[in-house]
Amino acid sequence: MALNATAQADTFPKLLIRNATVHRDRTAVRHKDLGIWQSWTWAQVLEQVRAFSIGLDALGLARGDKVAIIGSNRPRLYWAMCAAQALGAVPVPIYADSVADEMAYVLEHAEVKIAVVEDQEQVDKILSISERLPRLTHVLYDEPRGLRDYDHARLQWIDAVQNEGRQRLANDPGAEERWHEQIAAGRGSDLAIILYTSGTTGQPKGVMLSYDNVIISAQNGNAFDALGPDEEVIAYLPLAWVGDHIFSYAQSYAAGFCVNCPESPETVVEDRREIGTTYAFAPPRIYENLLTLTMVRMEDASRLKRRMFHAFIDHAKRWGEKILDGEKVPLGARLLYALGEVLVYGPLKNRYGLSRIRVAYTAGEAIGPEIFRFYRSLGVNLKQLYGQTEASVYITAQPDGEIHADTVGKANIDVDIKIAENGEVLFKSPGVFLGYYKEPEKTAEAKTPDGWVRTGDAGFFDPATGHLKIIDRAKDVGRLNDGTLFAPKYIENKLKFYPNIKEAVAFGDRRDFVTVMLNIDLVAVSSWAERNNVVYGSYQELAGHPLVYAMIEEHVAEVNRSLAAEPVMAGAQIRRFLILHKELDADDGELTRTQKVRRGFIAERYAPLVRALYDGSDAADISTEVTFEDGRKGVLAARVTIRDMAPAPVPMERAA
Amino acid sequence: MRAPSERDVAAGEILLAVENVSLSFGGVRAITDVSFDIRKGEIRAIIGPNGAGKTSMLNVINGFYTPQQGRITFKGETRNKMRPYEAARGGIARTFQNVALFRGMTALDNIMAGRALKMHRGLFWQLLRHGPALKEEVEHRRKVEEIIDFLEIPHIRRIPVGRLPYGLQKRVELGRALAMEPDLLLLDEPMAGMNLEEKEDMSRFVIDVNNHFGTTIALIEHDMGVVMDLSDRVLVLEYGRKIADGAPDVVKKNQAVIDAYLGVAH
Repeated sequence: MALNATAQADTFPKLLIRNATVHRDRTAVRHKDLGIWQSWTWAQVLEQVRAFSIGLDALGLARGDKVAIIGSNRPRLYWAMCAAQALGAVPVPIYADSVADEMAYVLEHAEVKIAVVEDQEQVDKILSISERLPRLTHVLYDEPRGLRDYDHARLQWIDAVQNEGRQRLANDPGAEERWHEQIAAGRGSDLAIILYTSGTTGQPKGVMLSYDNVIISAQNGNAFDALGPDEEVIAYLPLAWVGDHIFSYAQSYAAGFCVNCPESPETVVEDRREIGTTYAFAPPRIYENLLTLTMVRMEDASRLKRRMFHAFIDHAKRWGEKILDGEKVPLGARLLYALGEVLVYGPLKNRYGLSRIRVAYTAGEAIGPEIFRFYRSLGVNLKQLYGQTEASVYITAQPDGEIHADTVGKANIDVDIKIAENGEVLFKSPGVFLGYYKEPEKTAEAKTPDGWVRTGDAGFFDPATGHLKIIDRAKDVGRLNDGTLFAPKYIENKLKFYPNIKEAVAFGDRRDFVTVMLNIDLVAVSSWAERNNVVYGSYQELAGHPLVYAMIEEHVAEVNRSLAAEPVMAGAQIRRFLILHKELDADDGELTRTQKVRRGFIAERYAPLVRALYDGSDAADISTEVTFEDGRKGVLAARVTIRDMAPAPVPMERAA
Repeated sequence: MRAPSERDVAAGEILLAVENVSLSFGGVRAITDVSFDIRKGEIRAIIGPNGAGKTSMLNVINGFYTPQQGRITFKGETRNKMRPYEAARGGIARTFQNVALFRGMTALDNIMAGRALKMHRGLFWQLLRHGPALKEEVEHRRKVEEIIDFLEIPHIRRIPVGRLPYGLQKRVELGRALAMEPDLLLLDEPMAGMNLEEKEDMSRFVIDVNNHFGTTIALIEHDMGVVMDLSDRVLVLEYGRKIADGAPDVVKKNQAVIDAYLGVAH
């Protein structure tokens, strides 16, 4: 039956009409306004969207026109998407925190005709660049505050547009009929939305997704986690991000569940707690922030509470994940966990607004295993997902009960994945994008002739679990001279997992073996030094201390053992390493401003050290120019020791 | 809240007039024979060096001090003595140089306190928590929520004020004054001790309050940039006397004002 219903409803406006019948009195949207949750049922949303849509029609919006949507997660901005789509127009959400200039590029490139924005801030931005946007005819705003005295020639309040729509509906008996005809003319293969990806280099690219792309992906996502109309989600991620579009729009329309819009970006945690979301999605930093906040608060708690907290968290670390995954757990541990649920885990989850959570995803970047396990040990079904805009999000996800901190899971429903020669992950799925808007060459670069899409990420399938592991950006992945895959970031991340290691830079592309340069973490290592009676006078002295070397050597050996356990990586074990005499610093150009290592630059700057790493010498002299905090420059000279590492043996059963 | 009124300061009717007011504490003359007026809908700044009598002037206006001489006409009613509660009931609200909030109470409760004068049901009904008092409270709460929304502080609604940073405390204090739906809002150094960003925020709120609610505002401020940008007219006091009064750019060029600020041998 579901198949039948969805076969007809192949666009969002059609889904809305279906929902307004099937889920008529179910709550579709909530928005906290003036401290109270205002709600709309699916039938009411249909009325709102219809009025909005016919109002847009009155402003001259036609099939194929583009509508920019700029602002935070507010019901009317989501409705604007559907209202535009009903007319065959294409919504183009834009990151609300973009500066006017960035916005101008997208508005120009997408040939936007009408912009629907949140408030005065966004209106001001658009007005400041309006002479660059000859095609822009109207700017509609949701929040009238501060805009009363503006020239309203091209500016309109959404209320006014909706009222115009309602007037037309009242005066013209054929208006509703014609609106439904417009919707019926929409096809699943039509362009549904253009999402601009921020892109680390160059101008953003407009990813074109069809209704089929988005809706089938959303349905598959719903099926993967058995999401139904009873879910509650909170919409707080940028509208322009494909994740929000799928989770807060497409999946809600497809399954009929309720989307809650927070009062303001600052109140999300509190609002989530009031709603009790059942399905959540967040980048790792959100989970990190919650955890940090908890730890800080616990430091201020009374001693009894603190001890109770730590005792139960330790217990959860040991047993919580096993209980969540349905493994065998002794009765005693279960009972203690149940007590912990009452005393610690339950209240904590309530604080986080995760009491009712069934499925929580983290995606966007790698999450720290510790953080990941913390939430799972509390009983939160946190899972990892791997996707991108070009795939309408879903490529892989972790099925319930098959969670590993270091994988991104299995291929989603209907997704095919293959690993290219160079280790790059390729996929095929119903969500594969139509192309980049007005950039066919870039589309051709991303798609192979036989329909596979290049993700730009290198990865492999872990033979033990069958799950995909993402190791690095494909362009950074190289090969050793014997052909072994060399993924620098993968190795570096394994090293940086140790608190004593702050930065790591791995070398190996077109070399015989892998070597690394390390930075010790001054905070962690100096406290280690204190505990171990290591005396030192400077960073340089500490970094070169034989005992520090010995400690770091253990870490490197452990990393080698873990690399040896993975057949793809076993050949890329670390054979030599050194500890740098100075911290890598963005001021010296060694790190980017976002604290990522600039491998190429470092290789040049420390060329004598790199040479020594490969010529077998056990120490090397280096002098580097450094920039001090006050901008003065100086020269730092040092003799750096190099250590050899014996590779860890490869476990036999895996090697077979 | 009052419907936004057309703003027409130049021809504006006079909301408050101060005529020949003098105030002294024993032998100390705080204010000497000062006259000025505040027109409906304007932002009126009172500036002057330390000890010029600015805060005393605000205290005279809202009835906290009783001047020895002179008359004050507020909304057409002349008196030479006004009690603070009469001022409050008559529509004058103020914020203080040092934050004066109930530190242990939440931001919401502090702003609700500003509605106290508007509560009409007696203690009996309020204790009952049913019937007319509850209905009244719901209505007040709605007004307060509008203010919270207006000042963009929903995230601190339930946080005790004592735990908030200074800039936000100042905003809550402004919220409490707004909760009284005043005709005249007195702000005593609303930006004191703020960083640049907080100052910009607060300036925007002052303008918005004036625009949106049509509230007449009299403010004391030391930051000249802020004063010159915000206000329609500026009154300059020095040693309790009026030395200048007029539009910001006129006052800026006034030699007496320049002398007062740069210091000249008297």
